Amino acid sequence: MSQTIQDLPGTGPAPQTGPGAGARPDAKSNNPGLFRMLLRDKFASAGAVILLLVLLTAAFGPMLMGDLATRQNLLFANKAPFNPANGWEYFLGSDSLGRSVLARLVVATRTTLAVAVPAVAVAMVIGSLWGVWAGYHRGWRENVSMRVADVIMSFPSLLLAVVVLYVFSPSAANIVLILALTRIPIYLRTARAESAELQSRTFVDAARTFGARPNAIIRRHVIPVVTPTILTLATLEFCYVMLAESSLSFLGIGIQPPDASWGLLVSQGRQYLQTAWWLSIFPGLAIVITAISANMLAAWLRIATDPAQRWRLALPGRRKLIVRLKAKESK
Amino acid sequence: MLSYLRKRIISSALPLLVVIVGVFALARLTGNPASLYLPLNATEQMRADFTARHGLDQPLLVQMADYFGGVLQLDFGTSLRTGESAATMALRAFPATLQLAATTMVLAILLAVIVGSWAALKPNGIADRISSFVSMAAASIPDFWLAIVGIWIFAITLGWVPTSGVTGAAAWVLPIGTLVMRPFGALVQVVRGAMVSALSEPYIKLARSKGASQTRVVTHHALRNASAPALTVAGDLTVGLVNGAVVVETIFGWPGIGKLMIDSILQRDFAVLQACVLLTAVAIFVLNIVIDLLYALLDPRVRPASAVSRARKARPAPAPVETAPANA
Amino acid sequence: MTMTSTAETSAGRTAACPVVLRVEGLDVDIRTPAGTVRAVSNAGFEARAGQTLALLGESGCGKSMTAKAVAGLLDPVAHVAGGSAELEGRDLLRMTPKQRRKVAGAELGIVFQDALTALNPVYPVGVQLGEAFRIHHGASAARAREQAVQLMRRVGIPEPESRVNAYPHQFSGGMRQRILIAMAVALSPRLLIADEPTTALDVTVQAQIMDLLRSLREEGDMAVVLITHDLAVVAEEADDVVVMYAGTVAEQGPVGQVFANPRHPYTKGLLESVPVDAERGSSLASIPGSPPELKNIPAGCVYQDRCPLAQAVCRQERPVLREVAPGRRAACHFSDSLATASTLEEIQP
Repeated sequence: MSQTIQDLPGTGPAPQTGPGAGARPDAKSNNPGLFRMLLRDKFASAGAVILLLVLLTAAFGPMLMGDLATRQNLLFANKAPFNPANGWEYFLGSDSLGRSVLARLVVATRTTLAVAVPAVAVAMVIGSLWGVWAGYHRGWRENVSMRVADVIMSFPSLLLAVVVLYVFSPSAANIVLILALTRIPIYLRTARAESAELQSRTFVDAARTFGARPNAIIRRHVIPVVTPTILTLATLEFCYVMLAESSLSFLGIGIQPPDASWGLLVSQGRQYLQTAWWLSIFPGLAIVITAISANMLAAWLRIATDPAQRWRLALPGRRKLIVRLKAKESK
Repeated sequence: MLSYLRKRIISSALPLLVVIVGVFALARLTGNPASLYLPLNATEQMRADFTARHGLDQPLLVQMADYFGGVLQLDFGTSLRTGESAATMALRAFPATLQLAATTMVLAILLAVIVGSWAALKPNGIADRISSFVSMAAASIPDFWLAIVGIWIFAITLGWVPTSGVTGAAAWVLPIGTLVMRPFGALVQVVRGAMVSALSEPYIKLARSKGASQTRVVTHHALRNASAPALTVAGDLTVGLVNGAVVVETIFGWPGIGKLMIDSILQRDFAVLQACVLLTAVAIFVLNIVIDLLYALLDPRVRPASAVSRARKARPAPAPVETAPANA
Repeated sequence: MTMTSTAETSAGRTAACPVVLRVEGLDVDIRTPAGTVRAVSNAGFEARAGQTLALLGESGCGKSMTAKAVAGLLDPVAHVAGGSAELEGRDLLRMTPKQRRKVAGAELGIVFQDALTALNPVYPVGVQLGEAFRIHHGASAARAREQAVQLMRRVGIPEPESRVNAYPHQFSGGMRQRILIAMAVALSPRLLIADEPTTALDVTVQAQIMDLLRSLREEGDMAVVLITHDLAVVAEEADDVVVMYAGTVAEQGPVGQVFANPRHPYTKGLLESVPVDAERGSSLASIPGSPPELKNIPAGCVYQDRCPLAQAVCRQERPVLREVAPGRRAACHFSDSLATASTLEEIQP
């Protein structure tokens, strides 16, 4: 009979060997707060700051610059950017009607976010709740849900947009609905996979044995575990939805003038590319910078909310990795 | 193989049917095409004639029955715009899209494997940080804007390439350069992630313990294992491209299926739209089968039992099911 | 060379066996969020041709880390901070990567713990078995395949000709472990490191694998370093044992002597916790407490918190590993008293 040391009564759990042996910090004693971990990652904090700035611009910018965005001044048409002589309003140049590009950009920020944020939120809430429900119950509920997701995924979303444009009014609210509808399957699939995996775990079984009702189990045990993944996904999706809205607006089946979103500004500036490049370039840059920020934050979130990977973020900066041994003194 | 095909067909048929019916109904919701195809001063009689001639006065269900009856005899209807067979128009546009998609994906995969593997060699090293930023940026740039910037710099300012059209190799540079960004960005991250986890597997240590060089470890052992998850994502990206790169095809005047689809939507050219949807659905169906076959080729663990039974007479151990990570 | 001369007098049979691996003063550091910690501290031992040396200890005691450091397969967060590991006179720790690759596989073979994850899932076992021949001998694919079939026959895999094209997942756990062993001994290395080779296996299969390792060792006159936490395996298989605790060597020497007369309270505690003649219902002896975390290793003796003998001196002064009998070393202030006392309770200085 082989008695192993690991079986010995009285020897507690010892640090694991393997990748990062002993490197995993004790969950309680050595776990810096999320915020402090964010500050450690320069890229992610930069992304968070930029997103915050974009949000603030969308919230307060139109109040400050709304008038400026519509004020036409034909004497000031097509002014090139970065010329301090034109005054700060025209720092990013002016369009063919002499409107300030900067002010139009600020006002478009609100429209862009007013589409992207609600669309992401609606899709996230519906999709993940649906997915959790389908994954928890398995069986026909799961099958039907997955087929519905397949149908939505393979439906040409452009057609949906055109239908809404022709049949209903092309308002921002309708574009939110289209974008939300087409992105629901993403959350549905992710939440279903996680929930299906969770419902087979012991702690959910235990809750079931104690007679907890499905909805209570889902609320207390499944949703809290799924939430970090879903939030990370939503950050990525924000990027996608913003690009989708700008593509629709660019094609003329999204936001309609006189409203303006970043994508629409790019589209409107396109015909002046030879004479006034700044009309298209700056709104596009706004999209790119915002999207990269969201991406970087999502990449960080993915690691930070994963207990198995979080320790990586807490590792001190890497100094010289390979320590060259000094030549051994001869004996 | 046959049972696999049968399963695939059954699981794809129902969603496809729902999509076709949905497209059929929704397209007709956009309005009567008569107002687009008849002169502004057309009389009520002319409108009624037009509507009746194209069967648009029938109830929706009758129209649908007619359509599916035609499809079963490989008659996909005629275009309202040109009077041509809708199937011919869709088939003519498709090669342009396929060429674009194939070139883009080959380029994206090649670049992503090189950059992603390079980044994975030293996680969090300088190469990793650079490539992660570049790939994120590549995946974040809206294609229409990139196309415009490309036109502005290379076509207008420098005059190196034409602004649109399909004539000559130079015409390919901008569309491909624009399209390749997003698949490249997404794939670099997938390849990098798969390579990092493959390189930390015990079998890498085993290979090193046999004296394998770094090159051999990376190309022979890690990359081969990392290729399966990368293939899943590459497949999804290819599906997106086969659906037609609407924006890029529109901007560069590329006569592909995406441009044909958006044109027929805007022109209420119902038959052509439906033909496009059907054609891409069939293409994607075939593509998915090819991806499944490639997957089985790359990972012996997912091969059906019959293919390997020759080798496992003595003692069949149950194959451990390793589910590929769900891609978000 | 004091070790060799003293060993000659005590255990005569080791004298004829040349030292293949000599590890001295090996330190291994790991970077953690809390800073750099020492996972292995001043480890030293010798492995002799045709003999088995066991590294014994609980998980996390540094035995695996020691072996990985010798084999040059440490994880990226760990690195060797000092010491030497000489394989037939050449220091492995000071070799260039290229020199190491020439040694790896050819002179130093390793058997990993879990054969399912250690074998590459996408290649047939024959390809993987033949790889060493291709790398070191430049063999052709066909030649490497022949060698693979021979190896499979040598480690007792039935129908090697047809199974050579099968994939790892198509073998049973025991067969996979045989394949892994075949891979390690492919080029008849001088030193074989076996990292818990039987942990993942059934008890009956464990015995077969240990038999196979023993016969291969005798055939090839290899030195085997066996890493294990199983006292019974050590008693049956090993000639010498190194008992490790919290990254340090607690005691080492010939297995028979160490187990009959332990000179370190940790070894003694381990042996007493084996239920040899325990009656049903009687409580098992155990060592109270758990090993210190690497970042909280106390000053003084690493075992002080769990040691029944701990005195003031143990808290202030770390005992050095010193010779306590010919061929035996222990790191305890009281190892001399342990030699005479029969139970720990008798030692009350």
